[in-house]
Amino acid sequence: MSDSRRVQAFNRHVASGGKVEATDWMPEEYRRAVRRFVEMHANSELMGVLPEREWILRAPTLKRKLALSAKVQDEVGHAQLLYRVAEDLGKPREEMLADLLAGRTKFHNVFHYPTRSWADVGIIAWLVDAAAIVAQQALRESSYAPYGRTMKKICWEESVHILHGRDVVLTMMNGTARQRALVQDALERWWGPLMQMHGPRTDPAKDRDLAWRIKNKDNETLRQEFLTVYVPRIREIGLRIPDPELRQDPDSGRFAYTEPDWKELYAVVTGHGPRSAERLEFRRLNYADTQWVRDTVLAAPVAA
Amino acid sequence: MGGQPMQVWEVFRREREGGAMQHAGNLLAPDAELASHYAREFYGRRQESVRLWVVPRAAILELDDPDLLQPPFDRSFKKPAGYSTEIKAKLAAARARAGGAGEAGE
Repeated sequence: MSDSRRVQAFNRHVASGGKVEATDWMPEEYRRAVRRFVEMHANSELMGVLPEREWILRAPTLKRKLALSAKVQDEVGHAQLLYRVAEDLGKPREEMLADLLAGRTKFHNVFHYPTRSWADVGIIAWLVDAAAIVAQQALRESSYAPYGRTMKKICWEESVHILHGRDVVLTMMNGTARQRALVQDALERWWGPLMQMHGPRTDPAKDRDLAWRIKNKDNETLRQEFLTVYVPRIREIGLRIPDPELRQDPDSGRFAYTEPDWKELYAVVTGHGPRSAERLEFRRLNYADTQWVRDTVLAAPVAA
Repeated sequence: MGGQPMQVWEVFRREREGGAMQHAGNLLAPDAELASHYAREFYGRRQESVRLWVVPRAAILELDDPDLLQPPFDRSFKKPAGYSTEIKAKLAAARARAGGAGEAGE
């Protein structure tokens, strides 16, 4: 079969819901697109633990400390699984970490912001993870089957994180006026990044990741799904969403909202967020500190 | 990286006693000892597995030739859906109710 006919057959296969395994033939562009997508996801899991990690030592009770430590451990585990999926597509892990540390590859916008109080930990685990799981659930059906299978395991763990976050938020909302104010303050700071998180509306017809079914839903669909489920849940516990334009069309069910600040999104994901430099610096130090472990583990065996 | 070549290990897990071993994912490790640590960490950390198999990818014999596995001939006689017994049972019952099983053959 000629190359272009092979590519056409591949495109038909994935467009009609067919799956691709790591050892199957695939066009180079598809391989690169999946790898880039999964690599950014892996980077986000790895960097995403840093805002929460800052609160492990300051968790209010032992139970919260255990739950938060387990969540951080889960997210690092997700990074390991996802780097493995990306690695299997041909880019060595050392290279992916080097690119991340040098700022050549990106991680999600929400992990570039500071966590100012314990309420931030609750809002992140509840709403950031909820917004993420909307996207991740759609990825279970990815045409790249090893990614889809990994997402099934990840979604299962993320659903525990959302419950943990919701429990933290509900506990504070049932607490003192000061605790409620902290949650409201956290929601106000996180709402902008949350609305930016799925990215700007794009033309689905021009999105190659959609055509190949690497992902199955466009940005705006994901944002609408998140709003449909979470706007009522946020309001029913007495929180105010800081967007005067937010309203749901009674007929279509779609939400209108103030246009998110896309300039901020672009600046943040290109490394100019309030904590971008600090978090990357922490990773660099950590990577250097743990070099001896990798050297020891990977060293040639000593002859007995 | 040091001297040891890395190797891909495929991991299979059993969720509960009596269940099938199912493919979980794979990992990269220089030897069996490190592979088993990773496998335990990635696929057993939350007590989601009662048994793991960790197998070098190179040791797996893969068959995916459709001529062998999905031959193009009609094999419906090997499957429950290949038999339309419900309709035939209804026909037979109707015939019996009408009194007198006739001579009608196939």
